[in-house]
Amino acid sequence: MSQSQSKKSELVSKLTDTLLVPTLAIVTAIVLGGIIIAFVGGNPFAAYAGLLEGAFGSLKGISETAVWSTPYIFAGLAVALAFKGGLFNIGGEGQLALGATTSAWVGYALPDLLGVELPMVIHLPLAILTGMAVGFLWGAIPGALKAYTGAHEVINTIMMNYIALNIVSYLMNGPFKDKNPLNVIARTPLIAESARIPPLFDGLRVHWGFILALAMAYGVWWLLWKTNLGFEIRTVGANPEAAKYAGINVKKIMTLSLGLSGMLAGLAGTVEVTALNYRHELGFSQGYGFDAIAIALLGKNHPLGVVLAAILFAAMRNGATRMQFLTQIPVDIISVVQALILLFVAADAIVRYLYRIKQSDEKVVLTRGWGG
Amino acid sequence: MDWKRYSFIALVIIVLFGTVVLVGMEAEPPILIISSMIATTIAVATPLTLGALSGVFCERAGVVNIGIEGMLLASAFFGWLASIYMNTIFGFGATPSLIVGVLAAILSGGLFALLHAVLSITFKVDQIIGGTVINILAIGMTGFLNRQLFFSKTSIFGGNVPHAPGVLPLLDLPVENWANSLCNTINASEACTMNATAFGNIFEQKPIAISAILLVFISNYVLFNTRWGLRMRAVGEHPKAADTVGINVVRTRYLNVVIGGLIAGLGGAYFTLESVPSFEPLMTNGRGFISLAAMIFGNWTPVGAWAASLVFGASQALQINLQFFRDLIPPQWAFFQNSYSVGQIPYLLTMIIMTGIIGKTTPPAADGQPYEK
Repeated sequence: MSQSQSKKSELVSKLTDTLLVPTLAIVTAIVLGGIIIAFVGGNPFAAYAGLLEGAFGSLKGISETAVWSTPYIFAGLAVALAFKGGLFNIGGEGQLALGATTSAWVGYALPDLLGVELPMVIHLPLAILTGMAVGFLWGAIPGALKAYTGAHEVINTIMMNYIALNIVSYLMNGPFKDKNPLNVIARTPLIAESARIPPLFDGLRVHWGFILALAMAYGVWWLLWKTNLGFEIRTVGANPEAAKYAGINVKKIMTLSLGLSGMLAGLAGTVEVTALNYRHELGFSQGYGFDAIAIALLGKNHPLGVVLAAILFAAMRNGATRMQFLTQIPVDIISVVQALILLFVAADAIVRYLYRIKQSDEKVVLTRGWGG
Repeated sequence: MDWKRYSFIALVIIVLFGTVVLVGMEAEPPILIISSMIATTIAVATPLTLGALSGVFCERAGVVNIGIEGMLLASAFFGWLASIYMNTIFGFGATPSLIVGVLAAILSGGLFALLHAVLSITFKVDQIIGGTVINILAIGMTGFLNRQLFFSKTSIFGGNVPHAPGVLPLLDLPVENWANSLCNTINASEACTMNATAFGNIFEQKPIAISAILLVFISNYVLFNTRWGLRMRAVGEHPKAADTVGINVVRTRYLNVVIGGLIAGLGGAYFTLESVPSFEPLMTNGRGFISLAAMIFGNWTPVGAWAASLVFGASQALQINLQFFRDLIPPQWAFFQNSYSVGQIPYLLTMIIMTGIIGKTTPPAADGQPYEK
C-alpha cells in the first residue's frame, strides 16, 4: 500500500470514528425513543416535530437552545477534561450547585457586607471567580484523594455530590434564603445589577455566557494540545506509569486535572446564576452532572465535539417543553433518549455491529478499576 | 477481614449507639434504646447489604458494576408498578400483589444486569462507563414512566397516583415469646422480662431484611465452599488459567452478573414494597454507590460487606431514632438532628473508608478487565 493510500484510509477510519458512529448512535436512539413513545400511546412523528419546532422553529427557540447549551458546554468540557487526564468526574452536579450558590452569595451579599457599591468590573469577575474557585476545590479534593490514597474518584465524586447538595440545601433554607416575607421557596435574593452578565440582544434571553462557553471550549483545546500542562494531563491520562518515568509529577497533575474539571463545572453553575436566573434556586441544576457525561462521551472528549453534543442536548431539552405542550408526551422521554444515545455511544461496538462497520483499531482508555 | 477494619466497625457503631443512648436515657431504659437501634440498623441496612452482595457476585467474577444504584432504582420502580397493577387492575389482594411486586423487582434487577453483562462481557465496553449508562438509563426510564403513567391524563390510571397495596408486614417471629417463657422458667423478674422484650424487638423484622441476612451466609458458603464459588473466583482472579482448565469464562461471568442483578433487584424491592408504599424519582439516594464502598471495605466477601453495610445502617438509624427523643435535645444541639449534619455521616464515612487509612483491601486481580481469548 502506498503512503498516500494508507493516509487516506486512516482519514476514512478517523471520520468513521468521530462522525459516522456517533451520528448512527443518535439516529438509533431517536428511533428507539420513537418506539417507546408509540408504546405508551403517543405519536412519535408529532412528538419529534414538536421537539424540532420548539428548538429551532423561531428566533426565541434558537435563543433558548443557546441558553440551555451554555451550562451543558461548561459541564461537558469539565467531564471531557477529566477523561483526558484519565479520571471520571461524576461530581459535576455538586461542583455546579456549590459554585452557583457561592457566586450567588457574592452577587447579593457582598455589597451589603462591605457597605459599598461595587463597580461591575470588580463585582462580576469576583462572583464568577468565586464559583470557579469553589468548583475547583470540590473537584481537587477527590482528585487529591485519588492521587495520594488511591481512593477511586467515581465513588468520591458521587459522595461529594450528596455532601454538596446537603450543604446547598442547608444554605438555601437557612443563611442564604431570601428573607422577603412573601418568599416560601428555598432560593437566594436577587444578585446586584453589578454582578450580572448582560444579554447579547434586547428581548432575547441568550447572553454573553454563551460566548464565554464557546471561548472556554477554545481555551480547553488550547490548554490540552498547546501547553506543557495539557501535555502532562494527557500523558498521565494515557499512561500514568510512563508519565511517572518521564518525570511528570503524576499526583500533582491528577489533583490539578480533577480540580480544573470541577472549576469548569462550577463555572456552569456560576454562569446560570449571573447571566440567567440572577439568583440560585434549590434543585434547578438536577441532572446536569449526568447529562454532561453523555455530552463528553458523545463529543469524543474533544472540545469541538462537546460543543456540538451540548447544542444537540440543549435542543432536545428546549424543544421537549413544546413537544409536551403539543402532544402531552412528558418531557422526561428526553432523558430516556439521551440515556440511549449514551448507551450507543459508549458501546459503539453495538452500533458497529448493527450497521456492519469495521471495528476501530484505536483503544481509548477512559477509566481505571478499583486497583488504581 | 483484618482486626483493624473490624474494630473500626465496632467503634463507629458504639459511638453511634452511645449517642442515642445518652440523648434518650432519661425517657427510656438504655437496653430498649439499644435494641431499637439494632432493629432499625438491620432494617435500613437491607438495601446496602443486598447492593453490596450484588457487587460481590459481579466483581468476584471480574466485572465491575457501578450500575447497582440504577438497578436498585429501576427494580424499586418496576416492583412497585407490578404490585399496583396486580392490586388495582387485576384486583388481587394486598399480599399476593406485594409478592408479585417483589418477584417483578428481582426480575427487573436481573434484566438490567443482563444489559450490563452484554455491554461489559460481550461488547467489552469500559465497565465503569457501562455502569454509568445503566444508572442514567434507570433514572430516565423511571422518571419518564412515573410521569407518563401517574401524572398524564391519557394513562390507564387517569392521571392519579393509584392506591398502593401497602408494604410487606412484619414477620411474626415468636422470639419474644420464647425469651419470655425462658424468663418464666428461670426467674420471673421485671428486669428479665424487659430484656426479653428488648431481645424480641431486634427480631421484629420484615421478609426482605431477613432474606438479606440469610443471603449473606448462603453467599459466603457458595463463594468459599462450592465448585460454583471456586469457578467464580477463578474467572475473577485469573480468567486465562480458568479457561485453560476448561471453565467457560464468558458463561460464568454472565451467570454471576445476572445473579448479582437479581440480588440488587430484591434490594430495590425494599424501597417501595417493604419500607414505604410509594415511589419517588431518585429515591435510592446513592445507596447503590455506598454499597459499593461497603463491598470494598468488606474486602469483597459477603460477611465483610454485610458488616460494613451495618455501619452505614447504624448511621442512618441514628438519624431515625433521634427523632423519637427530639424534645430531649437541648436547643443549642438542635442542628445535630437535621439531615444536613447527621445525614452527611454515611457519605463522609464512605470517603474515609475509600482512602484505605483503616486498612487497604485487594480487589479480585482481573476485576474490570474484559476477557480476551
